[in-house]
Amino acid sequence: MSATGIGASVKRKEDFRFLTGRGNYTDDINQPNQTYAYILRSPHAHAKIKGIDTAAAKSASGVVAVFTGEDMQVGSIPCGWGVNNKDGSPMNEPFHPALAQGKVRHVGDQVAVVIAETYSQAKDAAELIEVDYEELPAVTNSEKAIAPGAPLVHDDAAPNNMCYDWELGDEAEVDAEFKNAAHVVSIDLTNNRLVPNAMEPRAAIGDYNKGTGEYTLYTTSQNPHVIRLLMGAFVLQLPEHKLRVVAPDVGGGFGSKIYHYAEEAIVTWAAGKVRRPIKWTAERSESFLSDAHGRDHISHADLALDKDGKFLGLKVYTKANMGAYLSTFSTCVPTYLYATLLAGVYTTPKIYVNVKAIFTNTVPVDAYRGAGRPEATYLLERLVTKAAKQLGMDQVAIRQKNFIPADAFPYQTPVALQYDSGNYEATLKKAMELSKWDEFPQRKAEAAKRGKLRGIGISTYLEACGIAPSAVVGSLGARAGLFESANVRVHPTGSVSIYTGSHSHGQGHETTFAQLVSETLGIPLENINIEHGDTNRIAFGMGTYGSRSLAVGGEAIMKALGKVVDKASKIAAHLMEASVEDVEFKDGKFTVAGTDKEVDFGTVALTAYVPHNYPHETLEPGLEENAFYDPMNFTYPGGCHICEVEIDPDTGTTQIVGMTAVDDVGRVINPMIVEGQIHGGLAQGIGQALLESCEYDDSGQLTSGSYMDYCMPRADNLPNFMATTESTLCAHNSLGVKGCGEVGAIGSPPAVINAVLDALHELGVEDISMPATPQKIWQAIQAASMPAAAE
Amino acid sequence: MPSVSMTVNGKQVSGTVEPRTLLVQFIRENLHLTGTHVGCDTSQCGACVVHVDGASVKSCAMLAIEADGSTVTTIEGLAGDGDVLHPMQEAFRDNHGLQCGFCTPGMVMSAIDLVNNNPAPSEHEIRDWLEGNICRCTGYHNIVKSITAGAAAMKGQKAAAE
Repeated sequence: MSATGIGASVKRKEDFRFLTGRGNYTDDINQPNQTYAYILRSPHAHAKIKGIDTAAAKSASGVVAVFTGEDMQVGSIPCGWGVNNKDGSPMNEPFHPALAQGKVRHVGDQVAVVIAETYSQAKDAAELIEVDYEELPAVTNSEKAIAPGAPLVHDDAAPNNMCYDWELGDEAEVDAEFKNAAHVVSIDLTNNRLVPNAMEPRAAIGDYNKGTGEYTLYTTSQNPHVIRLLMGAFVLQLPEHKLRVVAPDVGGGFGSKIYHYAEEAIVTWAAGKVRRPIKWTAERSESFLSDAHGRDHISHADLALDKDGKFLGLKVYTKANMGAYLSTFSTCVPTYLYATLLAGVYTTPKIYVNVKAIFTNTVPVDAYRGAGRPEATYLLERLVTKAAKQLGMDQVAIRQKNFIPADAFPYQTPVALQYDSGNYEATLKKAMELSKWDEFPQRKAEAAKRGKLRGIGISTYLEACGIAPSAVVGSLGARAGLFESANVRVHPTGSVSIYTGSHSHGQGHETTFAQLVSETLGIPLENINIEHGDTNRIAFGMGTYGSRSLAVGGEAIMKALGKVVDKASKIAAHLMEASVEDVEFKDGKFTVAGTDKEVDFGTVALTAYVPHNYPHETLEPGLEENAFYDPMNFTYPGGCHICEVEIDPDTGTTQIVGMTAVDDVGRVINPMIVEGQIHGGLAQGIGQALLESCEYDDSGQLTSGSYMDYCMPRADNLPNFMATTESTLCAHNSLGVKGCGEVGAIGSPPAVINAVLDALHELGVEDISMPATPQKIWQAIQAASMPAAAE
Repeated sequence: MPSVSMTVNGKQVSGTVEPRTLLVQFIRENLHLTGTHVGCDTSQCGACVVHVDGASVKSCAMLAIEADGSTVTTIEGLAGDGDVLHPMQEAFRDNHGLQCGFCTPGMVMSAIDLVNNNPAPSEHEIRDWLEGNICRCTGYHNIVKSITAGAAAMKGQKAAAE
């Protein structure tokens, strides 16, 4: 292993600029003659717009223009994935306006945009807009939204508020397994709605060049090419060659910056109207009301087991809240990223899943770190632990009994996926060792002496990422391919620029990808630059989400590097007057086997660009290669998370006293970065389990709309983590990599809640919902200790 | 409009501002020092922490006119124009204490103030101190490690200077 190649914990190349305040985030960018936009948002969850009077705002100081939905007649903001109903009919996909058209459907819905010389002037003028609303009853809960007589979010465009009623598997076949079952274990769960809360609020700058007719959008996006495609082709009808989308440094995404947001279209479209650049930056309050939310499932599940605890069948019924409109990935999250994961790491032979996706008067839901896979894992791992308790089995033993064995790969599940690799016993064993699982009873007894309830919880999980094989997702309704592109440009002096369609917003691609180049070409990291985030500079790209950057984007880079080495070898063969078959390339040097002939990579690069002595009849000058990579399958990271908690029964306060994660993420390129990714995922998983919840009141007002109300994990809420990897290699990509961005958030929530319930078991508490706040735990303790009410 | 003047990163600066202009707006928009970030509107996240007269301050919670006559240090002022990082910046780099980088300037400025007042903070004291700085990427594990290492390095640097 070289000091800068694969497997080295190289310090990050991007850190210097971030640590010295020289990052370049969207709000740091300013254009000459720039104006500022303020978006007027609906204060109501559901209302008809009977009229909008913008006259006073238009004549306010500094105002350049005011636009409403009447002015902005453009295409519907598109959803990226069509899902069919059980009967094969397409989902309901109501029109999704950039600025409201006659009706608002959630608090925060965009009603008008004010453009002014300063942001303060735009915001002040927005106060002068008079909107005549006729308030309508609202519905925010998915179960209530499909009850008879519920308010209709999209009227006739989505009867019963149903987006789709979808299924996977044969219900009758699974029912048959239940008839033979010795035991049936059932559970009802809510997967709480979360707000992703990347620390950088969203921002967008629209610019129109009068000279060329070209539009430029700077935006806080995880996938600038996807935004160009969605906004250009569907919303504004701008062709690719007249639309540049730049996503510069982006301050976290976690899925919430995949979505093509209305504000991006608004500033781009309006820049063409006012012929000046327009900058919009969200205030955090706006982020809460307009950034895509995550999760929000209500589920019932039944697990059939034989007398020995072997799983026979699983039935899952889930209601997924879509919010008021369909975001980019909303529809595939509770189907192809959720239902297909319900086999987990187990050999359950028969599975049936029904998912109803439902419109409500809430902010649209989209992918949030894990996207569907945390929901599947939470359901399964709560259910398995409950089954162990109900059957009187050990919670580890029931898992081991049902694990897919390490020698069973490739393993075809009953829910469409074929796992290529894994070793669930190995990650379990290592996590149990690191967490000193066997000594837990002593620790529990010691805690009891201090008046604390100590509990331990486990989750053995799997996820599918490296999104995704285009042909497979296309057959399932994806409206785009999910390959990745890369360009390797070797400069005349031998330094290298990589142009990748992946986008880094914290993941450290500039370092990890450079390590791939350093390893392959044998050149130092400082001679390598990774470029991303600009549709005019990068040929194409599908962006970063679903832990796909290394497994798909990295593979594209490897493929392009392979082409560079092939061509460079031919040039080297020419220089050394040898046959190309005899040329070897190692550590940046081309050699001829059995001779002392040698030429270094830099010399070959220079020769390619100064081709005085060159095989012109067979090779073009220059050294630059493109590659596209479309994966053969998803990748399947998995592992074991173990959480240990202490609860103070007097206050209901939970302290995490141990959090162990052993994850199989495939080959690790930079262990330091991988561990950091896992830490971050664990923090978000613990946040979901104990702290975070997005809450609406019955009228549809968001009651958790600021950092005073929405409990973001702080440093003193979290423990030090014991996070490590125990890897098997991905069988279908050259690097053997699987992905590490989401595992922490997928595996941890059930481990935490299982630990909380383990601690509370002795008091008779058998269920608790996320987030398990001190108040909820205290109330559960009180309720359990009350004598049963007189009949 | 009132005018303000102050010393920022060792340079005398002045400008006219609306009375409601926040210090962070003055820093970002008038001085174009965009390393100081705005992550919330309720003074919770700490992305905007700078030093005013030597103490850490959330620059979104102070008016520009309140800082008139003060000495302000922002993240850009720590390492100056050179490539030599402050020991706390170096510690964040060495310990992978940052990912997306957005909360980082506030974290570093806050951490330095902690260590100036408590040269060898315990893990508990560091976690307690960071109550006003939110990070969504790191889970804080490596930030705590960074600050512990940064404190030791600052102590070493001080000892070497004496």
